[in-house]
Amino acid sequence: MQLLSSSIGRKIVMAITGLLMILFVVVHLIGNTTIFGWISGGINAYAHHLHAFPPLVWAFRAFMLAAVSIHIWYGIQLTIENRGGRSQPYAVKATQKATFASENMIWTGLLLLCFIIYHLLHFTMKVVPGMALVPDAEGAINVFTMVVSSFQNFFVAFIYVAAMVTLFLHLSHGIQSFFQTMGWSTDRTLPVYVKAGTLVALVLFLGYVAVPLSIFAGILKG
Amino acid sequence: MSDHKTMTLTLIVWRQKNASDPGKFETYTAKNITEHHSFLEMLDCVNEDLILEGREPIVFDHDCREGICGMCSQVINGAPHGGQVRTTVCQLHMRKFKDGDTIYIEPWRARAFPIIKDLIVDRSALDTIIQAGGYTSCHTGGVADGNAILIPKPVADEAMDAAECIGCGACVAGCPNGAAMLFTGAKVSQLALLPQGKTEAAARVTAMTKAMAECGFGNCTNHYECQAACPKGINVKFIARMNREFLKAQFA
Ligand code: HEM
Ligand code: FES
Repeated sequence: MQLLSSSIGRKIVMAITGLLMILFVVVHLIGNTTIFGWISGGINAYAHHLHAFPPLVWAFRAFMLAAVSIHIWYGIQLTIENRGGRSQPYAVKATQKATFASENMIWTGLLLLCFIIYHLLHFTMKVVPGMALVPDAEGAINVFTMVVSSFQNFFVAFIYVAAMVTLFLHLSHGIQSFFQTMGWSTDRTLPVYVKAGTLVALVLFLGYVAVPLSIFAGILKG
Repeated sequence: MSDHKTMTLTLIVWRQKNASDPGKFETYTAKNITEHHSFLEMLDCVNEDLILEGREPIVFDHDCREGICGMCSQVINGAPHGGQVRTTVCQLHMRKFKDGDTIYIEPWRARAFPIIKDLIVDRSALDTIIQAGGYTSCHTGGVADGNAILIPKPVADEAMDAAECIGCGACVAGCPNGAAMLFTGAKVSQLALLPQGKTEAAARVTAMTKAMAECGFGNCTNHYECQAACPKGINVKFIARMNREFLKAQFA
């Protein structure tokens, strides 16, 4: 298919899979904030409802796995093809518009991959040692206790905060890049997307780190 | 002789005999340069000295020397065309430098632009992209009335902005990936905006982007260095427009 043989087409696929992941991290963040107790039953109730219908959970996981895999596959391919696009580096480096974030998308991306694997082992498969796994009468793990006991550990809290810095970098370039790749930007709108994209990335960052930081600081207690 | 103050500059210039020679930097001194010299005139002076000394002059591309032909092509201190806004090397003047400056001069560096000699690279890959679709197919005949097809002024202006591209290749030279997206985007947009070009828009964008990849240009990762490098101020909105045209062509 022409879409997948062309570099523009492959970037469009990356942009769409990127958008799916952005939507995911937005919804995931809203879910996480239930730890502060704004729904009755807090994060335990949220986790319970989320996993109420296992076939849907697994279908959604398969869907996200596909999106992430496609995104990574083309991301790596794109980066490899671009190596040597410039025959040799200039003696003087004088970039005018490229940013640290734009130049390191593959590295922030791969770090995010490492984090996603760790995060799944940690809170989804619950095989990372050092957290309290307390089952209730029906055998369901108390999510609140699990999360709070995890983030009381400095290193665990640090890994999560560092991962969110990485996500911020990836998205501060990625969001405006999405609009440009889809061809939805003009000279009037692109500067707006750059600012709004960075702002969204910042809000996601602050929202996510609020959980480990407030636990580590002792504001949220088990 | 005039009573202008003169400058002495150190030039570190890329010298390469041919495509297979590894090439290296050589250092030269440019003497008696005034602020009124253009950058290319400054190189002319250095070359005259080299010729008198019986040495090989520095080979570089140029033609119009008035910023319209797109032949001049040098990376100066890491910036294509020297990094002055909307200025080609030939229009860059020595008043932008000061006495005692050291200036690095390199050729366009991109996989798709093999070096022919010193600062001259082979840019025929850009022609290959144009040959793939950068035209409109029409029957020649009597000259059509200029106003036979009405084009709204904003559309004509937008097409004109894209048509400002002089095909120098600075966008490719400035791109960390050696991509030709700004060049191709400008050409695709210029034609797709106008009624005469619209009919073939889908086939054109497909063919031109295919040629772009086959020529060895890299892929776009939205750094926007191309726009910063462009001596004609071509905006990356034309890359977005090409992406849009490409997406549309998938459904055509
Ligand atoms: C899992 C590992 C990941 C890898 C290896 C990865 C890699 C990449 C790479 C190489 C690019 C292209 C960068 C460029 O054009 O310069 C990219 C773009 C992007 N990524 Fe990721 N990424 C990952 C995860 C994520 C996540 C978790 C999100 C969102 C939450 C995301 C959202 C985006 C977006 C929106 C773009 C911009 C697409 C475009 O240019 O149109 N990525 N990624
Ligand atoms: S020599 Fe023609 S544009 Fe510079």
